Amino acid sequence: MNKTIVVTVNGTSHTLDVEPRLLLVHMIRELLNLTGTHIGCDTSSCGACTILLDGKSVKSCTILAVQANGRSVSTIEGVSPEGEFNSLQEGFKENHGLHCGFCTPGMIMRSTELLANNPNPTEDEIRWGISGNLCRCTGYNNIVKAIQYASAKNRGVEPASTEPQFV
Amino acid sequence: MIAQSFQYESPRTIGDAVSMLDKYGEEAKILSGGHSLIPMMKLRFASPEYLIDINGIPGLSYIKEENGVVKIGALTREADLEHADYLRQHFPIFKDVTKLIADPQVRNMGTIGGNLAHGDAANDHPAVMLALRATVVATGPGGERTIPIDEFFFGFYQTALQHNEILTSIEFPVPPQGSGSAYHKLERKVGDYATAGVAVQLTLDVNGVCTHAGIGLTNVNATPLRAERSEKALLGKPVTEASIAEAARYASEDCNPSSDLRGSEEYKRAMVAVLVKRMINKAIERAR
Repeated sequence: MNKTIVVTVNGTSHTLDVEPRLLLVHMIRELLNLTGTHIGCDTSSCGACTILLDGKSVKSCTILAVQANGRSVSTIEGVSPEGEFNSLQEGFKENHGLHCGFCTPGMIMRSTELLANNPNPTEDEIRWGISGNLCRCTGYNNIVKAIQYASAKNRGVEPASTEPQFV
Repeated sequence: MIAQSFQYESPRTIGDAVSMLDKYGEEAKILSGGHSLIPMMKLRFASPEYLIDINGIPGLSYIKEENGVVKIGALTREADLEHADYLRQHFPIFKDVTKLIADPQVRNMGTIGGNLAHGDAANDHPAVMLALRATVVATGPGGERTIPIDEFFFGFYQTALQHNEILTSIEFPVPPQGSGSAYHKLERKVGDYATAGVAVQLTLDVNGVCTHAGIGLTNVNATPLRAERSEKALLGKPVTEASIAEAARYASEDCNPSSDLRGSEEYKRAMVAVLVKRMINKAIERAR
């Protein structure tokens, strides 16, 4: 027995007819063609499916589409206007915070809430803050730098140099 | 992975939710945070015919103190417990436990009510509630009833909740002056379930004599376990290295861990002893 839901995704309202068992990540990827949100583990571990639900970062593979009825969803496609980067995207680019890019949308959506709650996090707070997002490529250090870069930019402060440091 | 089909309801009042549970019987499950249930449904370990989503019911998310009792609503998210100033100040054991539950995203959805009602000895709040000597408040067709935490856990995914009852809040007494509590769990990696977890609450009187002790163990028994002999080993006298060692030894003897990927039985017993000792010391530090 399908349900009709109304979900605002990246500012646009969508009225959809869905099975209750449809996962939010499938709604986003397959009904709305927003494929920037990825399915990595499908078991709530990796965080590649992370989106914002009413501003809170959540794992969309473990939420039903019907739970988003009447609520707002933000995905990676909506973090900046066409053709521009926001501070997190710029940070990931400048600091080589990605290799394959599979974890990156989830990392950015999670970091968005992280920085909203804690605009000037310590390195420890960043590492704990992204503990729900796994990366198989980078070893996390450049991801941490990317988030620190974005934090600095958001606060109007000069970010740390992105030149390689030879020790 | 895709769950089996089900009928979905989202009641707006507890009364409606209870009526639905009553009507649909054993084929209905409550959807709270959903981060234990939905993964099970996706793996087809659980296939309820009806899912009753209680997230739309107002008034079930709160943290308050009334007449010497702390009351927490069942829908209070783990993230809210983690960041609540009142709990950070007065009950740091909540920061201890919530920061070790899964990860930040899961904590934005997971609820304390679900964590308890799921009946999984691997969940973290049960041991804490044992240590705090909490009481579960359940709402059914006949109204509210209270269930002492020691009578709440029956076995694997089994609690004292009837199929037509909803856990609506958890409460525990504000402990006397001179009390401290702490929780830690050993895990293989961040976000994992406990290899072993220990919650301790104790009260020391003005002479340093231990007048209350609550010790709960996570994931080393079929149900969350109270380390009764350990509690008795501490009571009625000042806490010393000897009584701590005794409490630690009793806990490691009295639990029933299974050998699995997280460790052998012997290893888990040894870790229980280590954690009991550390958490007693931490609780004492906080009691001062």
